[in-house]
Amino acid sequence: MSKPDDAFIRIRGLTKHFGDFVAVDKVDLDIGRGELFSILGGSGCGKTTLLRMMAGFEAPTAGSIEIDGVDITAVPPYDRPVNMMFQSYAVFPHMTVEKNIAYGLRKENTPTAELKKRVDEMLDLVQLGDFRTRKPDQLSGGQQQRVALARALIKEPKVLLLDEPLAALDKKLREHTQFELMNIQDELGITFVVVTHDQEEAMTLSTRIAVMEEGRFLQVGKPMEIYEYPRSRFVADFIGTINTFDGKVVAVDADGISVDSAEAGTTLAALGEHAVAVGQTTCIAVRPEKIFISRDEPEDPDDIRMKGVVDDLGYLGNLSLYRVRLESGKIIHVSQQNRHRSAKRFVEWEDEIWVSWRPRSSIVLTEES
Amino acid sequence: MQLLSKKDLFWRRFTVAVPYLWLVVFFALPFIIILKISLADPIMARPPFSQTVSADNFIFLLGDKLYAITYLRSILLAASATVLCLLLGFPMAYGIARSAPAVRSVLLLLIVLPFWISFLLRVYAWMGLLNNYGVINNSLIWLGVIDQPIQIMYTDFAIFIGLTYSYLPFMILPLYATLERMDHDLVDAALDLGASKTAAFWDITWPLARAGVIAGCLLVFIPAMGEYVIPYLLGGPESLMIGRVLFDEFYFNRDWPLASAVAIMLLLILVVPIVFLQKNQAREAESAT
Repeated sequence: MSKPDDAFIRIRGLTKHFGDFVAVDKVDLDIGRGELFSILGGSGCGKTTLLRMMAGFEAPTAGSIEIDGVDITAVPPYDRPVNMMFQSYAVFPHMTVEKNIAYGLRKENTPTAELKKRVDEMLDLVQLGDFRTRKPDQLSGGQQQRVALARALIKEPKVLLLDEPLAALDKKLREHTQFELMNIQDELGITFVVVTHDQEEAMTLSTRIAVMEEGRFLQVGKPMEIYEYPRSRFVADFIGTINTFDGKVVAVDADGISVDSAEAGTTLAALGEHAVAVGQTTCIAVRPEKIFISRDEPEDPDDIRMKGVVDDLGYLGNLSLYRVRLESGKIIHVSQQNRHRSAKRFVEWEDEIWVSWRPRSSIVLTEES
Repeated sequence: MQLLSKKDLFWRRFTVAVPYLWLVVFFALPFIIILKISLADPIMARPPFSQTVSADNFIFLLGDKLYAITYLRSILLAASATVLCLLLGFPMAYGIARSAPAVRSVLLLLIVLPFWISFLLRVYAWMGLLNNYGVINNSLIWLGVIDQPIQIMYTDFAIFIGLTYSYLPFMILPLYATLERMDHDLVDAALDLGASKTAAFWDITWPLARAGVIAGCLLVFIPAMGEYVIPYLLGGPESLMIGRVLFDEFYFNRDWPLASAVAIMLLLILVVPIVFLQKNQAREAESAT
């Protein structure tokens, strides 16, 4: 598990209760300087409350927030070295683009010449120079978002908080904005904390991700760690698609473990050390793209294999998705890249096939959730 | 565009005609009648006005100090009641708009609840509160704050209280409607960018609530200006407001022409600022685009 050496944002035991409801439950978190950190979770998981506590809009019930060595837990929002980009953008509708962007500096009584210079810089950065005298209702959603971004960045905050930054944009614009955000972050070196429910957004944007559920962090790690080494069923399921097989541990040795699964109808091997003992129940998981489909039985004796029937298939162009019914009756998801051009499918509905994967692709879900 | 059939055209004209017809029958025609009467002379006949045309009544109105003072007093009382309604109504409307949805409907119901009791009864109730041996004076004497009842009833102050009380809901409801629609993230964004709570209010909440403030002020000021019942019941014999003068001229003096002239003047006083305000708003909306 990667952890930044110098914690720029240090959160300890942060808790927020709304009456009886626990929105955020004793969260500890370290974020390094210049990171693009995402907090990922479904609606109502507490991610927005966490962000609002960092911005200073909600007072924590318990715990502390430190930024760059300074405890800001009790500091009001207007005195924090933190700015926020709201999900609704919250662009002031009665002010021009220019006035919106200048607002933060105006509140600091920045001299006019300096203010003008920095507003111009920001307008350049977000490419809104031609729109400076427009009102927000004359802008597109994407342009409004860039106004919100420029407005939040002009005060050169130590940390920029982004609440669902891409949720309101259409797909094409999302991709574009995503990379733009990453470039701006890279250019300015400001620490970004993003809250999102969109796993794809979190995966592409972030240096690290925290997966949140019911007010707690289930797992914190680099996108690849979260995807390839999820620790719980929830995390595995939340990010991407996963096939799971419940079973009982039958062997533990230096190389890995073996699990007997009725659902799989065979023994499943997984490499590495895992916190399980013989006789315990556990869960083996595998990603759809790690599974191979073949007409003949795979040759490598180490491969985990099982027989099945193609229940359903979908052709997506670059990928084909298969639903395979195993002999136990369990349905698993398999995806394969269409690597060669062909007008014919190599398997069809109701074909009997073999599915197989390498033991090192097996994930052991040790944490129940 | 496709040409409309004759039938469609008829219905289209019909739907447009209905509101115009309404305005003509219930606004324009009565107004013309009042205007005509205001230009006549009173006579002992039925109807009690001549068929002559002269501006005598208006010249008399403009020349007589009593009427000028009455108009001014009405403007002043209505304006101060409007200001107090705004001062009381804004925080109330804001509080309701920001409360939890379940609480919100209860609070709104409480605002509208007084309408379930006759307006006249509510003003009478104020007489019971304000008179020399009423609830307020008796409590103050009992508490030892005063030893003689203070005269509240039959003063301008009593009218002021009555107007503010009666018209407060008309201020709260339009204010609530605008504040409820306002995205609260805007205020948070202002705080986030370094504005104090006071600054955020004046920079964001107040300008965005402007439409509601204007609507509320007009809804309070206009009826308060022409109010008859409140000054009649709570005001003294000398605290004349224009509504009461109009009534007296019409009923006791049977001077229909002068009463009509008083009404026309009142209309002018009310309409001119509204037209000015709307022109101003239209200009602002245009400069924004």
